[in-house]
Amino acid sequence: MSMESTMDSQMMPSKTGNPNMAAIARRQRWQDVFFHRLTQSFSLLVLVALLGIIASLFINAWPAFYKFGVNFIWRVEWDVVNEEFGAAIAITGTLLSAGIAMLIAVPLAFGIALFLTETCPVWLRRPLGTAIELLAAVPSIIYGMFGLFVFAPLFADYFQMPVQQLIGSMPLIGWLVGGATNGIGILAAGIILAFMVLPFVAAVMRDVFAIVPPILRESAYGLGCTTWEVVRGVVLPYTQKGVIGGVMLGLGRALGETMAVTFVIGNAQRMPSSLFSPGTSIASTLANEFGEAVDFHVATLFALAFLLFVITFVVLAAAKILLMRAERAKGF
Amino acid sequence: MNTKRTLLKTVAAAALATMAMGSAMAADITGAGATFPFPIYAKWAEAYKKETNIGLNYQSIGSSGGIRQIRAKTVAFGATDAPVSGADLDKDSMVQFPAIIGGTVPIFNVDGFAQGEMRMTGPVLAEMFMGTVSKWNDPKIAALNPGKTLPDQAITVVHRADGSGTTFNWTDYLSAVSKPWADTVGKGAAVKWPAQTSVGGKGNEGVAANVTRIKGSVGYVEYAYAKKNNIAYMALQNKDGKFVRPDDKTFAAAAAGIDWFSAPGMGVSMVNAGGADSWPVSTASFILMYKNPEDKAQSAEVLKFFDWSFKNGKQMAVDLDYVPLPDKLTADIRSKVWSQIAK
Repeated sequence: MSMESTMDSQMMPSKTGNPNMAAIARRQRWQDVFFHRLTQSFSLLVLVALLGIIASLFINAWPAFYKFGVNFIWRVEWDVVNEEFGAAIAITGTLLSAGIAMLIAVPLAFGIALFLTETCPVWLRRPLGTAIELLAAVPSIIYGMFGLFVFAPLFADYFQMPVQQLIGSMPLIGWLVGGATNGIGILAAGIILAFMVLPFVAAVMRDVFAIVPPILRESAYGLGCTTWEVVRGVVLPYTQKGVIGGVMLGLGRALGETMAVTFVIGNAQRMPSSLFSPGTSIASTLANEFGEAVDFHVATLFALAFLLFVITFVVLAAAKILLMRAERAKGF
Repeated sequence: MNTKRTLLKTVAAAALATMAMGSAMAADITGAGATFPFPIYAKWAEAYKKETNIGLNYQSIGSSGGIRQIRAKTVAFGATDAPVSGADLDKDSMVQFPAIIGGTVPIFNVDGFAQGEMRMTGPVLAEMFMGTVSKWNDPKIAALNPGKTLPDQAITVVHRADGSGTTFNWTDYLSAVSKPWADTVGKGAAVKWPAQTSVGGKGNEGVAANVTRIKGSVGYVEYAYAKKNNIAYMALQNKDGKFVRPDDKTFAAAAAGIDWFSAPGMGVSMVNAGGADSWPVSTASFILMYKNPEDKAQSAEVLKFFDWSFKNGKQMAVDLDYVPLPDKLTADIRSKVWSQIAK
């Protein structure tokens, strides 16, 4: 609306000048409107698809929500034979594995991005950056197979067992590393996930760090700042939005990752009692059970899918709100 | 009267079949369902195509998927490991018949046992899977294996993470031999695994990978998979009290003692079958078809395919470590089941 009116005012002089020009302007205006509508319909398509997915998930999940109500979310039960279902186990596994992944991946990615943009020799920048991007192109099934066949045995022998012997009997933290040392479980899934999301987060961080105007950076260096002080005081505040965006991109992937997690999380429908114990995530439960599910079981899987949708949405919304608050505090 | 009608129908079928033979350009047969029989169906289809130029498009999407697809009438036949109940068959006006027999075997990871040397009974196995027998040197296991030293090691149960016919077969067996299992866990394509140590692997390969990796673990896979990959399996005590090892002979022995028409839709469970040589965790995989198919020509092609496979595919089945149906059974399937399908 406003766009069209500004266009009108712009065209006024030409209309009075040359009739030919007026025809061109009319055509251009028509083209602009057409282009506007076309791109608008593209973005509406996304919205329609999104709403369609939410609606179809909810409709298919309705029998499960109807039977268990809101309690479905925190029921610790998954018994297909007796049709007793609850989402708590899968939600816990999803949040824990994704949380561990972010704890590992974000500092690593931050370090990588800093090295690449601030201190890396120029000749190394391109090959290193390409290597990180290549890591992002590895299919998730490869991570899963690598995790189960290569990583898990090493992880069991050289991390789980020594760590359990070292701190397993300590009070307060001993329970964290209790249980069988199989090499697969919540922690293993978190670590594999960390390596999967690392390239995404690192690549985004590197790109946003690189757009900091050199004049800002050089002024700070000129004032005698160390690299860390420049990063802390100039680069990070300037790129906050992009950094959080990258972290959210990684978190979104970690929450929804299916194949790799299924291979290493242990697929046990039990509440995990330690970081080593097997568990399950929403996405891997869906992948595992959908093929052979019938009747009510299908509805509960749809309910899980709907909850994953809600979790992802809440996480993204929370990130946006955080960002808005931070910007308002800074007076933007 | 009834036999006369059947005879007539058979003759009609034969006539139809010959007519169909005449038309060389027949479409491919479509089917979907169980993954367990997929290798043998694919093998049969390959040989059948060479002979008749008619291919089979079989999607191994899982038993429930097969049932869904045939109900949606997108395929000419569905395939399922767990038989559909007689009531459901009647409701959909479908017939069901077994097409191939195979077996599930318990595999484990404990040193000091030759292939098939570990002896096990159903109830003790059920206790291991429930977590009530939690160490390998438990007296119950030791009593079955005199003269063997068993380690003081925790038992890790490995199960299928994905819903599968193999899990149905396995839990069907545990339910048959152990009342506590039947009461607390039950049977299904996916169940709630009670053992505190249990972990799930995806597919036969996932279970096998975990069992071969984790010391002291126990799991179950299809026999063909264990044999091909030389994974240590156990000898099981069957209903007659004998300890048997899984192979084509013990699977066939289990099939021999079954009265297939004792349940509607031939949905007889083969687990814990009687007979001195019977492997107790044998299973049949079933085919589902409509009595009154919309596409009668396609349906006739399906029957022709299985008829050909029953006659000519026995060696192929044995080569892939399945057990072909006995001749008497296939004759009964032709006369009692296929005769119900409208031509």
